[in-house]
Amino acid sequence: PHGKALIKPADQLQLTEAELKEEITRILTANNPHAPQNIVRYSFKERSYKPTAAVDQLAVHFVLEGGLVYQESDESCRLRAKEGLPDGCGEEDRPDSVASKTNKKEPKLTNQFNFSERASQTLNNPLRERSCQTEPPPRSVFSATANQWEIYDAYVEELQKQERNKEKQKAALSRKDRGKSEKMTVPMESQNDDITRVAKAAKIFERMVNQNTFDDIAQDFKYFEDASDEFRDQEGTLLPLWKFQYEKAKRLSVTALCWNQKYQDLFAAGMGSYDFSKQGRGMLVFYSLKNCAFPEYIYNTNSGVLCLDIHEQHSYMVAVGFYDGCVAVYSLKKEGREPVFKSSAKNGQHTDPVWQVRWQNDDMDNNHNFYSVSSDGRIVSWTLIKNELVFTDIIRLPLNGYVSDLHSRCPSSTACGTSFDFHKQIDYLFLVGTEEGKIHKCSKTYSGQFLETYRAHSMAVDAVRWNHFHPKVFISCSSDWTIKIWDHTISTPVFIFYLNAAVGDVTWSPYSSTVFAAVTTDGTVHVFDLNINKYEAICQQPVVAKKKTKLTHVEFNPIYPIIIVGDDRGNVTSLKLSPNLRKKPKAKKGQELPEGPEVEVAKMEKLLSLLREREQSKV
Amino acid sequence: MAGTGDGKKEEADYKRLHSFPLIRHTDMPEEMRVETMELCVTACEKFATNNESAAKMIKESMDKKFGSSWHVVIGEGFGFEVTHEVKNLLYMFFGGSLAVCVWKCS
Repeated sequence: PHGKALIKPADQLQLTEAELKEEITRILTANNPHAPQNIVRYSFKERSYKPTAAVDQLAVHFVLEGGLVYQESDESCRLRAKEGLPDGCGEEDRPDSVASKTNKKEPKLTNQFNFSERASQTLNNPLRERSCQTEPPPRSVFSATANQWEIYDAYVEELQKQERNKEKQKAALSRKDRGKSEKMTVPMESQNDDITRVAKAAKIFERMVNQNTFDDIAQDFKYFEDASDEFRDQEGTLLPLWKFQYEKAKRLSVTALCWNQKYQDLFAAGMGSYDFSKQGRGMLVFYSLKNCAFPEYIYNTNSGVLCLDIHEQHSYMVAVGFYDGCVAVYSLKKEGREPVFKSSAKNGQHTDPVWQVRWQNDDMDNNHNFYSVSSDGRIVSWTLIKNELVFTDIIRLPLNGYVSDLHSRCPSSTACGTSFDFHKQIDYLFLVGTEEGKIHKCSKTYSGQFLETYRAHSMAVDAVRWNHFHPKVFISCSSDWTIKIWDHTISTPVFIFYLNAAVGDVTWSPYSSTVFAAVTTDGTVHVFDLNINKYEAICQQPVVAKKKTKLTHVEFNPIYPIIIVGDDRGNVTSLKLSPNLRKKPKAKKGQELPEGPEVEVAKMEKLLSLLREREQSKV
Repeated sequence: MAGTGDGKKEEADYKRLHSFPLIRHTDMPEEMRVETMELCVTACEKFATNNESAAKMIKESMDKKFGSSWHVVIGEGFGFEVTHEVKNLLYMFFGGSLAVCVWKCS
């Protein structure tokens, strides 16, 4: 039941315990046991035999040379070549590789690593044939007959002609001296570079260039509507458009602005000075919105221009009043740079600056005529008869209440007129503003007395204007910082606005009875709409550098929603009114909004009646 | 020409008076016309007796100066109708009895 029994070989040594425990040490080395260990060599250096330590211990037991060659190696190629075998490394020399034998063409050796072959074919340009034929030189046919009598006749005729020429020359000789001087002048005239022939083309071109340069402004003028107005409730803004400058008018201030009623892109600007110590030359310039870079017309004047008016029907007629008291009429149709009519000291010229001129309807003889008002206290009607201005004194303003006799020449008793305006419907009615701040309501027919006098301002009245729609309402402004709106039947103002700076000009808008614009000397434009806000301007915007530049005048364009303002540096700026500034009263749903002058009148009337009620309730 | 003596004198007078070149018709520009006329005068004076040589001389000089294909006719009596290039025709009388026509046509 013992698991295993050790079987010992029969011839195994029988060892004792001690013998079994004895350690027997064997060391295995790489030395060849058969290698000789006793090789000695003679050393010439030491002249004795010396055993060599380095004995080759290598023993070779079996050697077999290999007969294999790497097929694709160079050596294999060489061997094949030597043995007369077909070239081509890597080609199996076996009977079964027939296919390889049939197309054994081998291209030249190429780089095996990154060689690639590519081919492309470019497009051949198509051939074209072209030919042309020129016109042959023009030809003509000539025929004649030559014979002796023809030749003779020709000579005789020629001789006779020569004879005649000689006689003529003799006669002309005496005249030649005079002719010579004439001849001298001819080339002189032809030499000066006259551009009038290309003037029209040049003008068109100039406008094209300008419209191209200021294309963004033109786009704004036509299409831009300030979208932010919707979020601004009532207030509006003014978008500056073109700025009109003229180099030679830089030192002058804009003293008058007037749109042309027929060509609504054209306006006139009078240049002069309000500073009485710096009076000098003046200028009358006409700009078009189509060309803001250079005026359309320029007229230089010896005295500063203070006012101007363009005739409504005859849009080429421009009446101008000067600082030296002169009035003149320019015609844009005339070539010259001089006025076609001019007042002189002989025929009733004003003795002081002319502050305003205004065209009137033609008189009964169809003569054009205009009125002027001046600091000398006279209001004069000028009629254009043939080639002179005929004057008629309409009224002489007295300092105290009533008008003195026209013939009493007492200068101390006259007041200075600074502005006037004629009623739109009632032909004879007009208003005169004076330097003392009074406004007189006058009639053309009664030169004896005023219909009414309003104690309007504490300083000179700068402008007075009738409303375009409502027949009773007019507006006035003054350097005493106020604008006042009046009902001409009431002697106290209906509205008063304080603008915190001297007001240079005020003007009603042509599209609404309640909208007006004013400019102040601090460079701000104020736009009011009484229908929206009776107490404050709905737009107050400085448009020029403050302190440095004063605004002098403002004018609405008759059709486009823009205004022009003039400053005391000779610049005219055009500004676009944002939608809020020309807002119509909102229409109720489904209700057709009425339009027209009646509506505008009603709008103003409503405002006036509200005020009247308040007055009455106070009383 | 009536009397013999008178006639001779008259003829001499005529020759003297009518010796200048007289242009009957031309459409050449000024400069070219003057040059051509002078050339014709020179040729006719040089070959006063031989119109053919004169014509040859004029033709050859004109070909040199103004380009090829010029034609010249000189004679005392002839009629003609020619097609010519515009601004290249000169028809003149010379010496009281000669007519010279120069034109270009290729």
